[in-house]
Amino acid sequence: MKILKLILKNSLRHKLRTFLTICGIAIAVIAFGMLRTVVTAWYAGIEASAADRLITRQAVSFIFPLPYTYKDKIANVEGVDQVTFATWFQGVYIDKNQFFPRLAVDPETIFDVYPEWIVTPEEKATFQRERNSCIIGEDIAAMYNLEVGDAMTLEGDIYPGDWQFIIRGIYKKRDQTVDGTGMFFHWDYINERMKVDDPIRVGEVGWYIVKIKDPNQSAEVSRRIDELFLNSSAETKTETERAFQQGFIASFSSIITAMNFMSFVIIGIIMLVLGNTMIMSSRERTREYAVMKTLGFSTPHLTSLILGESMFISFLGGGLGLFLLFPLIEGFGMVVPKNWFPIFNLEEITIVLAASSAILVGIVAAIFPIQKAIRTKIVDGFRFVG
Amino acid sequence: MPPLIQIQDVSKSYMRDSFEVPVLNNINLDIEEGEFMALMGPSGSGKTTLLNLIAGIDKPSSGKIKVSDTDISQLSETALAKWRANNIGFVFQFYNLIPVLTAYENVELPLLLTPLSKKERKKQAETALEIVGLADRMKHYPKQLSGGQEQRAAIARAIVTDPLVIIGDEPTGDLDKNSAEEILTLMERLNKEFKKTLLIVTHDPHAAERANITKHIDKGDLV
Ligand SMILES: Nc1ncnc2c1ncn2[C@@H]1O[C@H](COP(=O)(O)OP(=O)(O)OP(=O)(O)O)[C@@H](O)[C@H]1O
Ligand SMILES: [Mg+2]
Repeated sequence: MKILKLILKNSLRHKLRTFLTICGIAIAVIAFGMLRTVVTAWYAGIEASAADRLITRQAVSFIFPLPYTYKDKIANVEGVDQVTFATWFQGVYIDKNQFFPRLAVDPETIFDVYPEWIVTPEEKATFQRERNSCIIGEDIAAMYNLEVGDAMTLEGDIYPGDWQFIIRGIYKKRDQTVDGTGMFFHWDYINERMKVDDPIRVGEVGWYIVKIKDPNQSAEVSRRIDELFLNSSAETKTETERAFQQGFIASFSSIITAMNFMSFVIIGIIMLVLGNTMIMSSRERTREYAVMKTLGFSTPHLTSLILGESMFISFLGGGLGLFLLFPLIEGFGMVVPKNWFPIFNLEEITIVLAASSAILVGIVAAIFPIQKAIRTKIVDGFRFVG
Repeated sequence: MPPLIQIQDVSKSYMRDSFEVPVLNNINLDIEEGEFMALMGPSGSGKTTLLNLIAGIDKPSSGKIKVSDTDISQLSETALAKWRANNIGFVFQFYNLIPVLTAYENVELPLLLTPLSKKERKKQAETALEIVGLADRMKHYPKQLSGGQEQRAAIARAIVTDPLVIIGDEPTGDLDKNSAEEILTLMERLNKEFKKTLLIVTHDPHAAERANITKHIDKGDLV
């Protein structure tokens, strides 16, 4: 009990130094938590992808289109349940800095292949019937305060000109992992206008999304699809949605690796911050430790004294950091565009990692001062001049 | 009855760089129980070194130190720490109180190593503080005390465990004349009234007069 009191008193001896150390640890814990959250949010997209969907794209690059005529051919491949397709429309809605995916799709099949976008049967029926209608995600509806019946005008870039759509449905997300920022309209509507504006581009589709009957057959079905178009002018590359997502993320992998690495560098920095404080404190107390040893205190006492102080500071710093991390992550999640990270939550694993790092830091920072205090002979401790 | 402290053929040398520097040469000295001994000698003659050996905070290079039949030169570090806690009260020239603890807490500190209850510790620490005349300064921190008061608190800390021997390394060395006088009177009282064995190092012949016996040391030899 008394030792605890002495630990407390020792910690508060240099109030400013202790305070700054605690703040340093708190800031580091916050930075660690933020980085880890971004990393986990990034991978959440992969986790959420469906296992029974394949993506068929142009073999050379995702940016080259495929012929519309492939649709029926793919549908006939053994193992394929349903085929839909999409084309990247892009365009600008109001503010060109506000980005959300805008896709030209097949209204007959898109919501069957993507059951995670939930629309009512009435919405779906109206959407399929009206050629200039669109369906938007609930997050976009909320962001722009849009309702069913409202008009949305896109300024085309890939498909030049003004394009007007009427909202006929707002899809709900099946769960938190689903992107709620999509906008979908008729591929036909675009295609018809291309017949007049740019006939070369008629009948072009961005990519196909293939729902397969058995997820375990994904490799074979992919191979069959790609074999079908071998030696044609537009060869295909088919892979699972997950692999596709991973490939997409892989192009950012160096950033992710850097973030991962940084988050652990930060732990190293906290160790140095606290280690430095502990070394300074212990150095100043060399004489006091010699006095305590003279009185008969020995290794376990000095260890608990120094370790206790180190843990006390790292606990306060880690606690403060975690305490602030919650509202910060929440605030960050609100500011960050929804379609970047559908889920931006403080994961349990992040909390556990941050907390255990704080404990680890407390222990590691104490090792050197403890060793020093124990090894210093009493007579040398008294002869020590700071 | 054999002497309380028996120092037999004790030598001590320190390594400085790779040279062995002899500090004490074949010291033989007996200290009887209840004695108040003063140790004098020029600076660097090895007084502190000898005290440290007797107090068990340093070990002789050769020879034996027996304190009430325990050969402390044979004890392990841990055993020695325990032995010090039970048998030695050390008073330093520069008081060496723990600055974040009050006078009372400083005096209580050595008792934390004993199995005494909180209540018993309180009683014992208060008694020690009363003996040194600091009962009204218990809640004060070292920096709120004068040098003489600090040294009295340090003496209370040294006697609170009721040790066999009280050892003082120039306990009045940093004090003005009046405070030094107080401390010496207190030590004399510990010796006469409480029958404590005392061993102090001093440079002050006046202080040495208070002891029953004075020994001189020069360049590591008793003279
Ligand atoms: N831990 C040590 N390491 C190396 N040399 C030491 C150590 N302790 C003491 N010495 C040396 O031993 C010699 C005797 O030192 P000691 O402190 O015993 O002298 P002293 O008689 O107490 O002197 P003073 O009156 O100045 O306190 C000195 O030369 C000192 O430098
Ligand atoms: Mg000395």
